[in-house]
Amino acid sequence: MKEGKPIEAFCVHSKARHVVIIGNGIAGVTCARHLRKRDSTSRITIISGETEHFFSRTALMYIYMGHMKFEHTKPYEDWFWEKNRLSLVHDWVTHIDFDKKELQLKTQDPLAYDILVLALGSQSNMFGWPGQDLKGVQGLYSYQDLENMEASTKTCQKAVVVGGGLIGIEMAEMLRSRNIPVTFLVREQAFWDNVLPPQEAELVGRHIREHHFDLRLGAELDKIIDDGTGQVKAVVTKDGEEIACQFVGLTVGVSPNIGLVRDTQLGINKGILVDEHFATNIPNVFAIGDCAEYRTPPPLRRPVEQVWYTGRMHGETLAHNLTQGPVPYQPGPWFNSAKFLDIEYQTYGLVPNKWEEPVVSFYWEHPDGKKCLRLLFDKNRRQLQGVNVFGMRLRHAFFDKALRRNVTVEEVIGKLQEANFDPEFYDRHYAEILQRFNQQFGTSLQLQKEKKRKSLWALLGL
Amino acid sequence: MKIIQKVGLGLFWGALLLFNALLFMGEFRLTDEKLQQVTSEPHYEILRHELAPVLNKTYGSSFAFVSAFDRYVSDYNLKQQENEQWNRVIWDDYTFAATKVASEGLVAQNKLLLLLLTIGLGAIGALLNLLPKYRGEPAGIKHNGVMFSSNKSRGIIGITLGVYLIGLYVLLYWFPEYIVNWALLVDPLSHMLSGQPASQWFLYGTIYTLAILVMGVRMFRKYRGNKYQLLRTSSVMFFQLSFAFLIPEILVLMNKPWHDFKNIWPLDYTFFYNYRVEGMLSSGSIGLFMFISGILLIILGVPLLTYFYGKRWYCSWVCGCGGLAETAGDPYRHLSDKSLSAWKIERWMVHSVLVFAVVMTGVTIANYFSGFGLLGQWTDTLHKWYGFLIGAAFAGVVGVGFYPLMGNRVWCRFGCPLAAYLGIVQRFKSRFRITTNGGQCISCGNCSTYCEMGIDVRWYAQRGQNIVRASCVGCGVCASVCPRGVLKLENGPQQGRINDIPILTGNESINMLS
Ligand SMILES: Cc1cc2nc3c(=O)[nH]c(=O)nc-3n(C[C@H](O)[C@H](O)[C@H](O)COP(=O)(O)OP(=O)(O)OC[C@H]3O[C@@H](n4cnc5c(N)ncnc54)[C@H](O)[C@@H]3O)c2cc1C
Ligand code: SF4
Repeated sequence: MKEGKPIEAFCVHSKARHVVIIGNGIAGVTCARHLRKRDSTSRITIISGETEHFFSRTALMYIYMGHMKFEHTKPYEDWFWEKNRLSLVHDWVTHIDFDKKELQLKTQDPLAYDILVLALGSQSNMFGWPGQDLKGVQGLYSYQDLENMEASTKTCQKAVVVGGGLIGIEMAEMLRSRNIPVTFLVREQAFWDNVLPPQEAELVGRHIREHHFDLRLGAELDKIIDDGTGQVKAVVTKDGEEIACQFVGLTVGVSPNIGLVRDTQLGINKGILVDEHFATNIPNVFAIGDCAEYRTPPPLRRPVEQVWYTGRMHGETLAHNLTQGPVPYQPGPWFNSAKFLDIEYQTYGLVPNKWEEPVVSFYWEHPDGKKCLRLLFDKNRRQLQGVNVFGMRLRHAFFDKALRRNVTVEEVIGKLQEANFDPEFYDRHYAEILQRFNQQFGTSLQLQKEKKRKSLWALLGL
Repeated sequence: MKIIQKVGLGLFWGALLLFNALLFMGEFRLTDEKLQQVTSEPHYEILRHELAPVLNKTYGSSFAFVSAFDRYVSDYNLKQQENEQWNRVIWDDYTFAATKVASEGLVAQNKLLLLLLTIGLGAIGALLNLLPKYRGEPAGIKHNGVMFSSNKSRGIIGITLGVYLIGLYVLLYWFPEYIVNWALLVDPLSHMLSGQPASQWFLYGTIYTLAILVMGVRMFRKYRGNKYQLLRTSSVMFFQLSFAFLIPEILVLMNKPWHDFKNIWPLDYTFFYNYRVEGMLSSGSIGLFMFISGILLIILGVPLLTYFYGKRWYCSWVCGCGGLAETAGDPYRHLSDKSLSAWKIERWMVHSVLVFAVVMTGVTIANYFSGFGLLGQWTDTLHKWYGFLIGAAFAGVVGVGFYPLMGNRVWCRFGCPLAAYLGIVQRFKSRFRITTNGGQCISCGNCSTYCEMGIDVRWYAQRGQNIVRASCVGCGVCASVCPRGVLKLENGPQQGRINDIPILTGNESINMLS
């Protein structure tokens, strides 16, 4: 299924073309790296105003908690960029002249490009709450946010985090690590229940409480109050309760960071609109990562995907397209992972918070209430649709293959030992899970025998 | 911090303070009988004469005593050398033993009590501090504040501790006569185990073992809920206590040579030294077993076990150096240098030490078979330099003294010849690898940061590659700290062990083409 379109019709393809990438996040940097691998002659420039070098945004929390220093979050050593002839420009782009193909920078001279890749990332959502601009009120997305949080919480006695998503729980955990009591306002009736099915949401909620967070489910923020000096003093909920605090974390989602290209000829909606090759409506201008919005989403995907992995895959694919000729973006089965305080979570395929026949669910939970496994599958065709796992680890390669090949749920259940990715010596729960499945669906499945282990003991006949 | 933890910490610091103060306590007085106790018959005859001005004189400190003692002995030796009376020179070093018996007063009279008040109370204090850790908190590794800690992040406390440890090792290896008061403390224990008075090495062994045990308990608290870490820690605690500490002493009690059965050449670099071989071969069937099992471990044990399990079977489950690094050294594991240049230096250094050890041993064995004629001089020189540079300075002073400065595996990574040998097997012929879980890595860097061997684990994980590295000791901490379940230590088929996939699992756009 090779794409017909020749590369010359897709983008400038001269030897000394200048590819400029705005944004040194995972999307921009992956694109640059793969471009350089496949094309040794192009000039490649990466611009970012946030930090000079690429760092891992997902690790911001660990810097605050003292697990790592900023240096540790840089996936590449500082010499890497020059060695691979990737020029870095540490500055903000203030304006793009699409006609002249030129960028205005905040402090440096304008920069001309032949190909422009927009990898602008996201920004924290703000819903226009009264008081959201007060000192001590902020979201968490950028390195600057982290610095602000560090400064604002130096003398903080009590904090409120608003919004029960992944960044919210990270922020709550960060504050806890500094012994700051946190009240956690979550609008939903169970934690992250717009994504997680009820049992999983319940499990996470229990664990949050186990960590002594003051978790308020079904609580909504109304306004934030000033102490008279422009600093936050308290929040007020929709129920009228006033909660005193010196810091408020607003983590109610992120949206594409497209301020730079608003009101230009570039086609945008929520994000920068792109086709299946990441091309925008302007020739030689492309968009990838959090800031991109598919005109036609790939099957089973949302139009804007704001996770690390999709950013990386966009980068890989666009680099291919700019060097080898365009292929459409085709992500494999969905996967994601997170960690809720001490409990790890992985998901493969599709597990929405609700499902309908013919999709049915199998759910197993460990008696300690900290581990669980859910499989969704088609009742008639028995195909696996997706899996959620908490407190255990599963093998990506196994589920990627199983989901692509439409493997049956019975086969997966019988091969759990192959799918398992927990460390050695950990308790295995295959038998319990299988038994539970047999009970629930009246089957009589047997665990497939583990392949005879090759080990020294075996060699000795033991 | 709970009250009890504070009390524990207080006890620990108090005990440490007292322990250090002991070196400056008591008086030193050598008598005729004491001298006779610690010297050989002919030397006694000479020394009682030469040391006449020292005998029965009371010195206020070990420094004063040692300097007087050394002066008279070396005066005598110089005289003999000037007159070319080589056979009359006293080559044996009696300073430590003489100083130890000369010590009088507080310490010598209260050995057991002071042992309990220093080492004993220190250990109890530490345990009181460690045991309640994380009580009432859900299981999970907490590295909160590590980077802000003065102790753990090369702050003033860390540097002071490093300097202190370096000082201890310098005393231990080169000036043991100044720490006789410490050796006196463990005399009762030594008598109990081996029937011998305590040497500085027995003192060292006791503290070393206790450090592994106490800090092993800390590991149990820190990694609770993580069975791999718990088992591994129990294993190093067991091997240290039994194989490295108790069994060798009991062997001595049975009039057999001191021998640590799990110590393998070339880490055990004296294994082929003449005195060791003679000692083993003249000690009956136990001695023969020592010799044969030692050789079998080198030629069969290492390659076979490493083939099946990777070098971890030794480095992070059995080895004594590894045992200390994995317990007492754990708080400093993130201080290892992860840069590419450090990796380059590491490969040069560790393999050079291996070559050095092999050459030194080769010459030793050749010397043995050539009847000590031709190579005698060479062998002595090599032994001296290896012992000084590698055995003492590198393995000891740098190896442990640098924990708070460069991480807990400096010796294992840059200096250990056995690790180099195990590493070559692991890299080229082993079923062990750290598997990367498809495309799940978020490049956060926890794995690399907490790798004690300075492996940039993330470099591999973020490209979906398995980690196959000579230096990996398989401690499993990368897998334990990874927040996304990306890493798993595994033994499996060699096929596909080293993988290079251009596009990670999860993206099918490009795979389609090829
Ligand atoms: C705290 C936190 C935790 C997260 N954890 C996870 C997780 O566990 N798993 C997961 O899958 N995802 C996670 N995410 C989401 C993930 O980090 C993002 O999806 C991903 O980083 C987006 O990458 P990107 O390259 O598209 O954009 P970004 O990483 O945002 O990079 C865009 C860069 O462009 C720069 N830029 C923008 N405009 C300009 C301009 N005009 N001039 C110059 N520079 C500009 C920005 O400053 C930024 O540096 C997390 C996000 C946050 C904030
Ligand atoms: S700790 Fe895990 S997620 Fe983080 S960089 Fe290492 S492998 Fe990747």
